Amino acid sequence: MTSIDAGPADQRRDTRPPAAGSAQTTAPGATATRPLLEVDQLRVHFATPAGLVRAVDGVSLSVRAGEVLGVVGESGSGKTVMSRRAMGLVGPGTTTRLSGTVRYDGTEISALPPAELSKLWGSEMAMILQDPMTSLNPVKRVGEQIGESLRRHLGLDRAAAHQRAVQLLRSVGLSEPERRVRQYPHELSGGMRQRVTIAIALSCDPRLLFADEPTTALDVTVQAQILELLARQQAEHRMAMMIVTHDLRVVRGHTDRVVVMYAGKVVEAAPTRTLFAAPRMPYTEALMNAVPPLTGSNHAVLRVIPGRPPNLLAPPPGCAFAPRCASAQERCLTEMPPLRSAADLAGASPGGSAAGAPAGGPAPAIAGTPDDHVYRCWYPVGTEAGDEARRTNIERGHTAAGTPILAEAV
Amino acid sequence: MTDLVKDERQNKTGASSGPGGDPGASRHVQLRDADDVVLSVEDLVVEFGVGGGSTVHAVSGVSFDVRRGETLGLVGESGCGKSTTGRSIMQLPKPTSGSVRLHGDNLGGMPSGQMRRARRKLQMIFQDPISSLNPRRRIADIIAEPLRVWGSSPDARKAKVAETLEAVGLDPQLVADRRPHQFSGGQCQRISIARALVLEPEVLICDEPVSALDVSVQAQILNLLEEMKERYQLTMIFISHDLAVVRNISDRVAVMYLGKLCEIAPAVELFDRPRHHYSSLLLSSIPSADQDATTSAARLDRSGGEMPSPVSPPSGCRFRTRCPAATERCAVEEPLMRQVGDGHFVACHHPLEVAEVVASGAEGSVERSADGTPDGALRPVALEGV
Repeated sequence: MTSIDAGPADQRRDTRPPAAGSAQTTAPGATATRPLLEVDQLRVHFATPAGLVRAVDGVSLSVRAGEVLGVVGESGSGKTVMSRRAMGLVGPGTTTRLSGTVRYDGTEISALPPAELSKLWGSEMAMILQDPMTSLNPVKRVGEQIGESLRRHLGLDRAAAHQRAVQLLRSVGLSEPERRVRQYPHELSGGMRQRVTIAIALSCDPRLLFADEPTTALDVTVQAQILELLARQQAEHRMAMMIVTHDLRVVRGHTDRVVVMYAGKVVEAAPTRTLFAAPRMPYTEALMNAVPPLTGSNHAVLRVIPGRPPNLLAPPPGCAFAPRCASAQERCLTEMPPLRSAADLAGASPGGSAAGAPAGGPAPAIAGTPDDHVYRCWYPVGTEAGDEARRTNIERGHTAAGTPILAEAV
Repeated sequence: MTDLVKDERQNKTGASSGPGGDPGASRHVQLRDADDVVLSVEDLVVEFGVGGGSTVHAVSGVSFDVRRGETLGLVGESGCGKSTTGRSIMQLPKPTSGSVRLHGDNLGGMPSGQMRRARRKLQMIFQDPISSLNPRRRIADIIAEPLRVWGSSPDARKAKVAETLEAVGLDPQLVADRRPHQFSGGQCQRISIARALVLEPEVLICDEPVSALDVSVQAQILNLLEEMKERYQLTMIFISHDLAVVRNISDRVAVMYLGKLCEIAPAVELFDRPRHHYSSLLLSSIPSADQDATTSAARLDRSGGEMPSPVSPPSGCRFRTRCPAATERCAVEEPLMRQVGDGHFVACHHPLEVAEVVASGAEGSVERSADGTPDGALRPVALEGV
């Protein structure tokens, strides 16, 4: 336990209702110091018979204590591999090439051997996976599975672990916890199983929780309950959380900050409210527009994103989103835009989007200014350059990448 | 298509006109006798024996009709019987009891030869686009197969396949000779749609057609389905657990819970003014920018989100074990469908009043938002109408 973190007794005392929203739960004291998790220029490349797959390609991000970070992206964007690498679950191998660093609470953990890492797992960082059926051991009772980490990390004996398991199951809202601890996973429904995995993840009071699509396999009513449970536990334990998901509605309601990934790279990052009020990256905007609305009349024609995500074996030379982007210009096809911050843009002369970026320079670290809004685009949405790029494409009827564009579709 | 209530007065209420003439006929209150009803499902019951003498009551007396050109959305949680309903319309499996009528002809009573011919008019699209295509066959053969079965000539087949591929947005030149593994999920779903459309069916049953797809591709497929519906004059049954998707594509939406219909109403009406407590719970469970709404949704549900087992469903109203408004009456008397508004029917003894719906927090998920953005839309205000 470090100075950032209150002791267990203090955590328990904090029983503010979750309704306050996670934005408020980031206590001022928790934000002042360095981030709990810092990921810097992370790369995970897989060598396959077909070539090198750049699953994660230079991702930098940070999570502060008590903060909920959402990582959004479509399948294949690298969000899951990134989160697993950040936790140390993806190690070097003959076909796995890694670079970049991961620092947890100031200590570099990316180079730690598995034995050292496993000391952190459970007690410092924990993970909830998408499919609660496959992440539980089908031949072990629920109680044993919860007790395993308690005994290993906290040194509890069998009886104490059992007792704690019952408490944990009660705290995650399972009915009849005394009976549940003796049951096997197959005797539980999907929602109950996910509660069990949450109980396991929370059993040793981790300070950082990775939740990889925690509700994707669940029904909407169960999803609401699990999200509420996570929000409450997060607030009570002042836990930092990284929610990896493809669901923009989940991200919007349950995170403080969002990182949008595309083709293994961060393409936009901002505080949640800022992002939804004014996305800069055309991909983010397009994703929001592709979700069927819950207001207005039905049979709305959805604004589609043409094409599909790029092949990670041979990503396009410029911006990976350019072939699908309504704003794409010639520059986007050849030159990869760096991550720039909205503040840089304000400093640059209006319209001179290129001037704002140190050409070819390294992407500025996100960790330094956590509230910053950064994006990877030459012609950001809502700027003069962006508007003009979009106008140009509408006038010529196609983008620089040759993708046809219809005025009414933009 | 939106004129759904014209013939409402002629519904099959009461013992006199209802088929069978039993008191249960008022369950069919929402059925319409109009000439343009293409598909009419009455009292559909599907049960599966699961050994040990117990029975899964997958679908227990579901009735609805679908008009020509209409899209009926079928929503509910997993295990509510929505997929079983879709499949038993195709007579796969044959329902335990009840009738499915296509233009008045009862599919259940048909000899198999006639049934096969009738099935041409009913086609289905499944959730997993990749596993529903035979990996060893070429795309052209997959799509031509229904035509071959029905004996059209090779030349006619080739032309029809090309035309259909074109219609679903695939280039026949590039696609025809490839095999399914060479395509992405979205493209495979286009191929599935082409295969379903090649016989020019009247009714298309879509069982979670976009659930396996990414958001960006999902929008393409949803737009394509709307286009195909227009072009081929399709009548659709759209089964999904994704409420936003169903709201957008459907004319009317039917909410199912544990094998029964709870509520059926025009799509926007249902989402704006749900009257059944279960519909309200579903809607308020949609994650929203305002966490309060989600919290209250979780509190509305007394069961922790657990659906009772379909082997031994609760007596009376099946939702009563989770319902905040349940009374003793709900345990003894099964609520029947009754009309509460224009084309709006609900099976509940204590339906939500419109004002109550607002108070329960359901409105938070559709209208309210912390930053003033219409929450459901997710669209940033600044971009509206650009």
